[in-house]
Amino acid sequence: MSTAATPHGEFLQHHFTTAEQQADAGKIGMWLFLVTEVLLFGGLFVGFAIMQSLHREAFVAAHHQLDRVLGFINTVVLLTSSYTMVMAVHSARTDRRKRVVVYLLLTLICAGVFLGIKYVEYSHKFHEGLLPGRYYSHKGDTVPGQFMFFSFYFMMTGLHGVHILGGMAVIAWVLRRAARGDFSHAYYTPVDLVGLYWHLVDLIWIYLFPLLYLIK
Amino acid sequence: MNAWIRSVLMPVQGTAYAARVDHLYLFLIYVSAFFFLLVAGLTGYFVIRYRRRGPSDRTPNLTHHQGLEAAWTLIPLALVIFIFFWGFHSYMDIAVSPADALEIQVTAKKWVWQFEYPNGVRTVNELHVPLGKPVKLVMTSEDVIHGFFVPSFRIKQDVVPNTYTQLWFEATVPGVHQLECTQYCGQGHSGMLANIYVDDEKKYNEWLATGGDAGKNMPLSQFGAMLYASRGCRTCHSLDGTRGQGPSFKGIWGHPVKLSDGKSVMVDENYVRESILLPQAKIVASFEPIMPTFQGMLREREIQALVEFVKAQK
Amino acid sequence: MTGNYLSSPRGLKSWLITVDHKRIGLMYLFSVLFAFLLGGIFAMLIRIELLKPGHNIMSADTYNRVFTLHGAIMIFLFIIPSIPASLGNFVLPLMLGAKDVAFPRLNLASYYIYVAGALFAIAAMVTGAVDTGWTFYTPYSTTTNGSVGLMTFAVFVLGFSSIFTGINFIATIHKLRAPGMGWFRMPLFAWGIYATAIIQVLATPVIGITLLLIIMERVFSVGIFNPQLGGDPILFQHFFWFYSHPAVYIMILPGMAIISEVIPCFSRKTIFGYKAIAYSSIAIAGVSFLVWGHHMFVSGQSQLANAIFSFLTFLVAIPSGVKVFNWIATMYRGSISLEAPMLYAISFLLLFAIGGLTGLFLGALATDVHLHDTYFVVAHFHFVMMGGTVMAFLSGLHYWWPKMFGRMYSEKWARVSAALIFVGFNVTFLSQFVLGSRGMPRRYYSYLDQFQPLHVFSTVGSWVLGLGFLIMAVYLWASLRRPMDAPANPWGATGLEWQTPSPPPEHNFENAPSVTRGPYDYSSPEPTSAEVEA
Repeated sequence: MSTAATPHGEFLQHHFTTAEQQADAGKIGMWLFLVTEVLLFGGLFVGFAIMQSLHREAFVAAHHQLDRVLGFINTVVLLTSSYTMVMAVHSARTDRRKRVVVYLLLTLICAGVFLGIKYVEYSHKFHEGLLPGRYYSHKGDTVPGQFMFFSFYFMMTGLHGVHILGGMAVIAWVLRRAARGDFSHAYYTPVDLVGLYWHLVDLIWIYLFPLLYLIK
Repeated sequence: MNAWIRSVLMPVQGTAYAARVDHLYLFLIYVSAFFFLLVAGLTGYFVIRYRRRGPSDRTPNLTHHQGLEAAWTLIPLALVIFIFFWGFHSYMDIAVSPADALEIQVTAKKWVWQFEYPNGVRTVNELHVPLGKPVKLVMTSEDVIHGFFVPSFRIKQDVVPNTYTQLWFEATVPGVHQLECTQYCGQGHSGMLANIYVDDEKKYNEWLATGGDAGKNMPLSQFGAMLYASRGCRTCHSLDGTRGQGPSFKGIWGHPVKLSDGKSVMVDENYVRESILLPQAKIVASFEPIMPTFQGMLREREIQALVEFVKAQK
Repeated sequence: MTGNYLSSPRGLKSWLITVDHKRIGLMYLFSVLFAFLLGGIFAMLIRIELLKPGHNIMSADTYNRVFTLHGAIMIFLFIIPSIPASLGNFVLPLMLGAKDVAFPRLNLASYYIYVAGALFAIAAMVTGAVDTGWTFYTPYSTTTNGSVGLMTFAVFVLGFSSIFTGINFIATIHKLRAPGMGWFRMPLFAWGIYATAIIQVLATPVIGITLLLIIMERVFSVGIFNPQLGGDPILFQHFFWFYSHPAVYIMILPGMAIISEVIPCFSRKTIFGYKAIAYSSIAIAGVSFLVWGHHMFVSGQSQLANAIFSFLTFLVAIPSGVKVFNWIATMYRGSISLEAPMLYAISFLLLFAIGGLTGLFLGALATDVHLHDTYFVVAHFHFVMMGGTVMAFLSGLHYWWPKMFGRMYSEKWARVSAALIFVGFNVTFLSQFVLGSRGMPRRYYSYLDQFQPLHVFSTVGSWVLGLGFLIMAVYLWASLRRPMDAPANPWGATGLEWQTPSPPPEHNFENAPSVTRGPYDYSSPEPTSAEVEA
């Protein structure tokens, strides 16, 4: 019922005795959630690796259709967004309220750019008929079976894209709270946790990019 | 005692390998009985001997005992490792087939078993093998995963589409042994049975030479009755009017049936023959188009026999 | 008398938006019991159909859907959430001396996600259902008709509920133990829930992605499992069992955790081998990830893989055996009293022993080849899941019932019910071991005549079993209509949950407890309230 009489006690939930305990619990929870995300994507990575080893020629031929320049730009964009996210957390921890908002906004913009570039890439694929599974209709393949690569391309970048969208929604919510002045050195857990999530989403892309675009 | 346990729990031992499996099985029965009686016995005894006498009962503070705990960790560990090796050793016996085994091709599809012998003879739902000779089955499926299981041989292997799996055995008991599909595959799964005929080598070779025509000297409708049971028709078509996956044969001959496209057709020789070879051509109304084709799986005389059989169903 | 968590706050809305772990635990309890009823009805229908070969009360197609739904409902809607989400939610914070779980709002979200998953499952059931078996093997599941996409999506959603519960419990155990309660002063129920939560977090995402891949196959023909497109149907089995084997330990570990509470209490003696039991729970969680291939010995897997999986499977049996010996040693020179929770705990010991021992037959390669996909396997898993987990669940339910509802139930009818359930269960499932070893495959709609007598025997057993549960439903319902007069500690148990009234107040403890002694310290036991009055 009553909260502990600590500074900024308004964010301390009733079942925790100290803010530190609450923050620690939150961190544990988020790390565990990230582990589940790694395992979720892990299944797709394993499936890709196995199908690639069974159909090596087709996968090599197919991956030439991907635009490495755009992929590289997207990688830089996401790395930048991770940087701005780190800065947002740091700003929250050092009571620089305005900067938190700015950095979170920059992170959102980077995410938007990422999705925009993905849209361009997807458009190209649709135009060429490079679609997953039964919808693959690309003409003039010398090596058959390339549809399987695109099955994985769309599933993996698609699932990743869904996570970017989800992350953007959560960042927007945290942004709103930051603008309201909720965060300070005593309480900045939501910024911290969304930062962790965002780094993982970035990290997954760091694995996806070479796997899909680069490796023979 | 062992023989009695075996007779209750296990099918006939159709191969020498079956006896090896039963040997391990029996050992595991004894191990299980021992440990179960130990658990149940101690529990039962303690519940009575140490029943609560009253609120002033005092119990000793026994928190652990290293020696006892080590014993009941290490002894079971040794036991299970022993069981692992026994199971593994016996398993390797059927996992690797002998080089001189007679090879028979098996193709499974919903819901029949097809066999092809080295001389090109093909049979459906009946596998003929020589007694006392190793036989290797090379198996694949045309649709979903099926399972090849012969209880009396104690062998089993999944039959997978687009790949070949193998199994071998050496039958030591002449007669008929049961084959059952053991990987769920849809409506006809429990009807996907076949017979394995184990004959001495001479009879087997004779059978093989005739092209596997078992019903050679039978009148047609009797032959048809045999085929109805052995070729899988029975799985979906009843003779007593009960609706199955396919229409019952009772009383259909000589009458028209309504088809799924609204048209009507007379049940005569041509219709029955077409339904066997091109089952999707005419589907009786309210039934699904799931009958597999028997094209290439029945000889002419066999088709004639089945026609006669359907004709005889009043 | 001040209010308790049931009476305050009042009103339907206060329940719907509650973040109180006790209320959430109750909501889960009623949900999983309802799922058990539904799954149980399907089971009775299966057994009636199997009274004779051929058509009895349903067609083969319907039968295939009924057994699939029986499995899917029992596994995903009942047994996986059962103990952790209902009893675990209610008891864990109390036991740790905490006011709630680490993330109460996530807890509520977990429950609503469960409900959403259940609704998707019901939608699948009424729009054509599923006939693939709960294991969804490809290519059958990617090509058959029916609401496979809806059902797999339902299970996908339910997976999130399980993951969030696991995350919540791990954080709770790490951060919310009362002052003075180090890890080795924690009750063993908490250790069991912790080990379960580890598996929930690590394994469930894999079934998540596997189910998504089935949906992708059905909608887009992505090809990964389709042999005609160059995919590998066996790969599906690897993905599926990588989760589903650890999942069976999600099912049994909480049950074992309950037994570790009940036996010391009703023997009025400290638990024997506390550390061994704690470590064995973690060991089981770890090794459980290494044995999935034992479901695939005849799938076409290599002999080497078979050998490795068989060996590891035998290793995972040892920690379970250690626990059983520890529980029996706890009873040695105890002061044993046979109320309902203890009757169910003893049922657990006997039936889990049989279930576990029959696992030896299945772990050994040569015997498994014969027994795989037969009724022997069906009997084995019912012995561990029902003879094991469900008995433990019933033990815990009767043990913590007075704490949850503030009322006792009729001990006499509880004993009648326990006896019927024990007898009915054994008649139903012991016969199935014999059916299996004699060669009766599972998932068979019809069967060879020689198997009929055993099937009839098994079906009659299922009626006795059903009657036992029916009686239980009646006396438990009746107990809720009694006055709320249960004492705080009717069993004279140690454990912080018994230091607060029955039922507890909204915030669990009037004063935050602190812990000075180890758990299961029965050296100077609290007398039960009955004994105090005598």
